[in-house]
Amino acid sequence: MTEPPLLDIRDLHLSMTSFDGEAHVLAGVNLSVRRNEVWGVVGETGCGKSLTGLSISRLVPSPPARYLGGKILFDGRDLLSLDEAGMRNLRGHRIGMIFQDPTTNLNPAFRIGEQLVDVALAADRRNPDILGVAARAGRRARRRAARDLAVRTLAEVGITDAAERIDAYPHEFSGGMRQRVLIAMALIGRPDLLIADEPTTALDVSVQSQILALLAGMVRDHAMGVILITHNLGVVAKACSHVAVMYAGVIVESGPVAAVLRKPSHPYTRALMSSIPTSGVRRGELKGLPGQVPNLIKPPRGCRFAPRCAQAAEACRAGPPRPVDIGGGHMAACLKPGPAAEAA
Amino acid sequence: MLVLERVSKEFRGRRSLFTSGRTVSALRDISLAVERGETFGIVGESGSGKTTLTRLILRLDMPTSGRILFEGDDMARLSAAAMRRLRARIQIVFQDPYASLNPRMTVHDIVTEPMLIHRATLGLDQRTRTARAAELLAMVGLAEQHLHRYPHEFSGGQRQRIGIARALATGPAMLLLDEPTSALDVSVQAQVLNLLHGLQQRLGLTYVFISHDLSVVRYICDRLAVINRGEIVETGQAEDVFRNPANTYTRMLLAAMPDLPSL
Ligand SMILES: Nc1ncnc2c1ncn2[C@@H]1O[C@H](COP(=O)(O)OP(=O)(O)OP(=O)(O)O)[C@@H](O)[C@H]1O
Ligand SMILES: Nc1ncnc2c1ncn2[C@@H]1O[C@H](COP(=O)(O)OP(=O)(O)OP(=O)(O)O)[C@@H](O)[C@H]1O
Ligand code: SF4
Ligand SMILES: [Mg+2]
Ligand SMILES: [Mg+2]
Repeated sequence: MTEPPLLDIRDLHLSMTSFDGEAHVLAGVNLSVRRNEVWGVVGETGCGKSLTGLSISRLVPSPPARYLGGKILFDGRDLLSLDEAGMRNLRGHRIGMIFQDPTTNLNPAFRIGEQLVDVALAADRRNPDILGVAARAGRRARRRAARDLAVRTLAEVGITDAAERIDAYPHEFSGGMRQRVLIAMALIGRPDLLIADEPTTALDVSVQSQILALLAGMVRDHAMGVILITHNLGVVAKACSHVAVMYAGVIVESGPVAAVLRKPSHPYTRALMSSIPTSGVRRGELKGLPGQVPNLIKPPRGCRFAPRCAQAAEACRAGPPRPVDIGGGHMAACLKPGPAAEAA
Repeated sequence: MLVLERVSKEFRGRRSLFTSGRTVSALRDISLAVERGETFGIVGESGSGKTTLTRLILRLDMPTSGRILFEGDDMARLSAAAMRRLRARIQIVFQDPYASLNPRMTVHDIVTEPMLIHRATLGLDQRTRTARAAELLAMVGLAEQHLHRYPHEFSGGQRQRIGIARALATGPAMLLLDEPTSALDVSVQAQVLNLLHGLQQRLGLTYVFISHDLSVVRYICDRLAVINRGEIVETGQAEDVFRNPANTYTRMLLAAMPDLPSL
């Protein structure tokens, strides 16, 4: 490959302690993201998508979190060995985040503009190119430049009349507009890597498709790498170049989006896809997936999907299956990968 | 079975120092007819008036104008007793399986509560109610031993099954399903959709299925109405609407729908 990956997560293990015990919530996550790649991370609730994203920003509170092993290399540097000051230098500036948790989002008490200006000023302290004003410029000049940048960024994310609306409070915006503001906030520091955790889940499909188009434009213009966390495979098909499918803290299948969705090779990916009512499925004939996700305090031995897998065999319970390349970077962590007889 | 004739609903906006109490027109001139035994879909984006429509059908709210007829009777003209009987025949399943079950009640109490509310109509004694609750749980794929547990001990899909069992408790003819699967993972959604389909086959239920998820609506509905800003913009057989949408708004919705490409 030409360029080293922007982000390279290697064999990441994370546990979370709750009063029920210690849960092994990430069990050997491998993921690398290059510039211009948009990685969809999909999987059912609780499979570890957010914790993977939050780990990259080092925002998982510890305790209860404990990293048991692995590396998160960002531009070759291991983020797990960086201190908080070092991380603060990266967050917002080189690594942008849109959080799933709505309470961490916009502050209702402050005007949208003020919130964007604060982020821009903070980013400028680390990279003076952001505002492009001379180092000796005064506070007023810097603020003015930050406000101009805020207006431009709002316009870029598709807020019409950004110059007038910048002084609005969050409640004066619709849900779709607030989501655009959050995207603007994540982009204003011009990050190299954007982690967007369910950025469109609460939105109507029409707004959702506008926001996905916007993200695609941003990737093109700024050569960002993106991790788009979602549980919607339709969104992945539409917006991503690559996809990683997670199950119970493990990436079970990954690769270029067309390869994975056309030739789903892990039984879990196939089950997930056959749960979605597509146009060909007759009523009452939706396959679905029986059973429930395992308890991660006492995870199943070997392959974590084995208790729900129709193809499970004795060998599957011996140890966690390693991801193998089944062609062109299409990886599957299964002892018997490949399209099963029932896959369409 | 259910007929809406030119139903409109306006909400009087609150008068404040700055606004002169503008009225919000939540539904305008809605006419539709739901046939016995079918699944009728109502599709629309946020704020289009879907929940307002269910509230009118349940008579939790009155239309500003127009009539709603259930099995031929104008709801506005029913006596209190007839209205009580009718209430037992239309039940609702809510979107959020986490918020819609009282966390302090056992599954037994949740499922038998509607039988208690409608005891005048149904006339079931306590033993019969408990026996029926067990039957209902079996019908939705849970077991009798779940009766004495609390909602927090169940997964999202199981809670939605409890919500469905509760809705079936009074032996209704019609279920209003207000986004019943949108809080669920796709695998669990598939289980719940299959359950709803099976129950309809067995019990001959009529469904009004409200959703913004077009792929789910296409899968589960016989006919549908698309509403935009309180107005029906298109109605027809589900398959026809998907194949040949006549209205520009419907076409926009379909184009924006993140479906898996048919591979
Ligand atoms: N603060 C915490 N303390 C203890 N366990 C936690 C904590 N945060 C997450 N977990 C557990 O870690 C696992 C993974 O959680 P995570 O939030 O990453 O899931 P997710 O894939 O993002 O799910 P969703 O689709 O619901 O957002 C879950 O089993 C969850 O219960
Ligand atoms: N009690 C009320 N007072 C004033 N306006 C109301 C009231 N209830 C609903 N509305 C308005 O009526 C319109 C339709 O609301 P409704 O809740 O029916 O939409 P919906 O289609 O169910 O949306 P969602 O998909 O977000 O649930 C909205 O503009 C809403 O603000
Ligand atoms: S390793 Fe075995 S149990 Fe796991 S997914 Fe593959 S076949 Fe199924
Ligand atoms: Mg999450
Ligand atoms: Mg609603």
